[in-house]
Amino acid sequence: MKVLEVKQLTKTFGKVQALDGVDLAVNKGEVYGFIGPNGAGKSTTIRILLGLLKPTSGFARLFGKDAWEDAVAIHKRIAYVPGDVNLWPNLTGGEVIDLFLKMRGVRVDQSRKARLMEQFDFDPTKKCRTYSKGNRQKVALIAAFAADADLYILDEPTSGLDPLMERVFQQCVYEAKKKGSSVLLSSHILSEVERLCDRVAIIRQGEIIESGSLASLRHLTRIQLTIATKEVVPDLDSQPGVHDFKIENQHYVFQVDADQLDEMVRYVSQYGVVNLESAPPTLEDLFMRHYQGSTSGGGGQ
Amino acid sequence: MANQPNYQTGLIFRFLFKREVVKLLVWIVPIVAMTVTIALAFNGLYETQEERQALAETMENPAMKALVGQGYGLDNYTDGAMLAHQMLLMTAVVVAIMSMLLIVRLTRADEEDGQLEMLRALPMGRLAQTNAALFVLVITNIVLMLITAVSLTALGLDSIDWAGSLLYGSVLGTTGLFFGAITLLAAQLSDNTRGTMMLGYLVLGLSYMIRSIGDSGNELLSWFSPLGILLGSEVYVNNYWWPILVIVLLAIIIIALALYLQQIRDVGAGLLPQRSGRKAASPMLQSQIGLALRLLRTSLIAWIIGMMLIGISYGSVLGDLEAFLGESEALMEIIGASGDMSITEQFISVLLKIMAIFSTIPALVVFVRLKGEEKKGRLEHLLAKPVSRKKMLGTYLGLSFLTSIVMMLAGIIALAGIGVTVMDVDISFNTLVEAQLVYLPAVWILIGFATALYGWCYKWSGFIWLYLLFSFLTVYLGDLLDLPSFILGLSPYYHIPELPTDQLSWVVMVVATGMALLLSLLGFLGFQRRDIET
Repeated sequence: MKVLEVKQLTKTFGKVQALDGVDLAVNKGEVYGFIGPNGAGKSTTIRILLGLLKPTSGFARLFGKDAWEDAVAIHKRIAYVPGDVNLWPNLTGGEVIDLFLKMRGVRVDQSRKARLMEQFDFDPTKKCRTYSKGNRQKVALIAAFAADADLYILDEPTSGLDPLMERVFQQCVYEAKKKGSSVLLSSHILSEVERLCDRVAIIRQGEIIESGSLASLRHLTRIQLTIATKEVVPDLDSQPGVHDFKIENQHYVFQVDADQLDEMVRYVSQYGVVNLESAPPTLEDLFMRHYQGSTSGGGGQ
Repeated sequence: MANQPNYQTGLIFRFLFKREVVKLLVWIVPIVAMTVTIALAFNGLYETQEERQALAETMENPAMKALVGQGYGLDNYTDGAMLAHQMLLMTAVVVAIMSMLLIVRLTRADEEDGQLEMLRALPMGRLAQTNAALFVLVITNIVLMLITAVSLTALGLDSIDWAGSLLYGSVLGTTGLFFGAITLLAAQLSDNTRGTMMLGYLVLGLSYMIRSIGDSGNELLSWFSPLGILLGSEVYVNNYWWPILVIVLLAIIIIALALYLQQIRDVGAGLLPQRSGRKAASPMLQSQIGLALRLLRTSLIAWIIGMMLIGISYGSVLGDLEAFLGESEALMEIIGASGDMSITEQFISVLLKIMAIFSTIPALVVFVRLKGEEKKGRLEHLLAKPVSRKKMLGTYLGLSFLTSIVMMLAGIIALAGIGVTVMDVDISFNTLVEAQLVYLPAVWILIGFATALYGWCYKWSGFIWLYLLFSFLTVYLGDLLDLPSFILGLSPYYHIPELPTDQLSWVVMVVATGMALLLSLLGFLGFQRRDIET
């Protein structure tokens, strides 16, 4: 069942084309990663999902309802954490959290709220003007996770948090997922996305350029190999699918396209393999390749 | 389920109201207190009908009409008519500014700072915040209206009855509603707070100016200004209610349009097109003074135009003033005034004082911008670079001094230029310019005072506006209320010799300039010592 569905979404600001036919779909109980460079259109997409911006064309549906038309009904079932939390300087953090929860109209589990404040090491009695960026972020996170939501929309939610707090955040996402909630997580912290997300979409210049499970995305990429052999392997650097070839400490270090791996292993095994280390590509490798533009398009198709 | 644009309006209203209630009382209480005090003062000062009739005489004067509006009920001049003439327009402008600031705070400012985004991501109707802001606006103005009406009636003065007082309050409240509505519409057009306020002030300024030119000459013109229409209610004399109806209706139409626009537009966006800017900083921008000038560019241009318009509208009055004095020459002689020249000059000197105070505003705006930069945390960026605090403060202070000169010149050149063409009295262009420029040291004292406040007590630096307001009131009401000279003397403008009647006193000029420099120096000392606020 699809909790969130976006089809051929476009948005233009004046002459600027911010989104150019974005497709997204998040299933129930899924944690969906949404990554892309600055200005690629992540926040624009999210703000359309929230009914804050009106799409130029295409549609965005949450729970089968239109994001713009049925904003109120949709918002009763979601929780949103932006990457830049702006609060009222003369209210305390505790007051803002209560206001947000009151407006969501959900039953608030007070002990859960208290526990979250403790876990996030958050002092709710201070005025918002005195909070650092990380602390303002905590206000939005606590308000989001203190009550259940069917869908959490998180736009770089951990920007400004220290690594300890980031771990608390990840725990919150795990728990939400366990309860069957869905999460749309936009983030630049790729290790976080890697750890939390079931599926990932990569957006660049207003277009989704890649999407799928991490495993399937990895399949499309290159594997880092470090090999030592008894005999010299002739012409290794000119074998099909080999990239970035170099020799370090009598080891061959190179990348190979995932679909050429089998062929490659067969070839080197003739020369007596004494050591073989392979590293799966990290999301970062994936990301870098996509970000660096279409110029390096020679990889696995 | 359909779109529910009004969902949660109630909750947001309570939230906004709690935020605003103290601020609004800080506006409402002084406004009402001032009105009541002045009503009482008039009653005490002008006891006999003769004294009142003498004041009624001045209401025939086109310069007075330009300043405060048309006279009416002059045959039998009462305390009520006097109060409405002298105070209603000025108070209405204050109420308009209160309402404009209120609306911009609750709508565009929250949107610009990103709080609205947080709220709108919650189950909240698209119009909830705007609706709630409108409720706060309406309630504020109704409360102001009722308190004013009740307090004035409670004075128990003959001519200040309930019917008139209720209308008096209603004119104030309606002005607030109308300019609040204008600001709400402006908030849909501009995507930032400054632009919204500027559009609002533009409408307010034009309304005042059109009325001013209309009231002193072509009376038809006044009906094209909401302020002119509202003054047409002739409070305490004829008590016409139709102007209230007209303006309320207009306000409702404007509000409906604003709500419609609000509902169809993106959060954070304005409907006016945005130009894209330069790719790189021009050499001009790459200096302290260049940056400051760039930040202030739009408002400085707006102020120069504004000052020229004020100059033109007051200058055009001078011709009417001549005509008026010519007609009533006989009358003047019977009354035994010290000759009509002195009356012309007396009005000119009031106009010049008011112009001097107006040109103080942009000069202070320039200086206060430094505080704004500090508050928003942008000053940090600059001070983290090899820029000394002394240079930082010096830049804004220097610009502020310069602005005072430019603004004053813009205003007086327009006034004198128009004035000498329409007036055939032997006051020369140069005399007028000179008579205006002598006020510069007084303006500088205010700038110096602002610097000292900023240097030593950052939190209280807004106090400078109160001081300016006080100075304005002493000029505006000083003679009417017969205020003692030790109170008048608190305003620096009071000490400036009124040319050409008075002699130019270099001692006063030098002492005033010296005080301004001393206060500025004090500000530097404080600013070198204190923490930068974040």
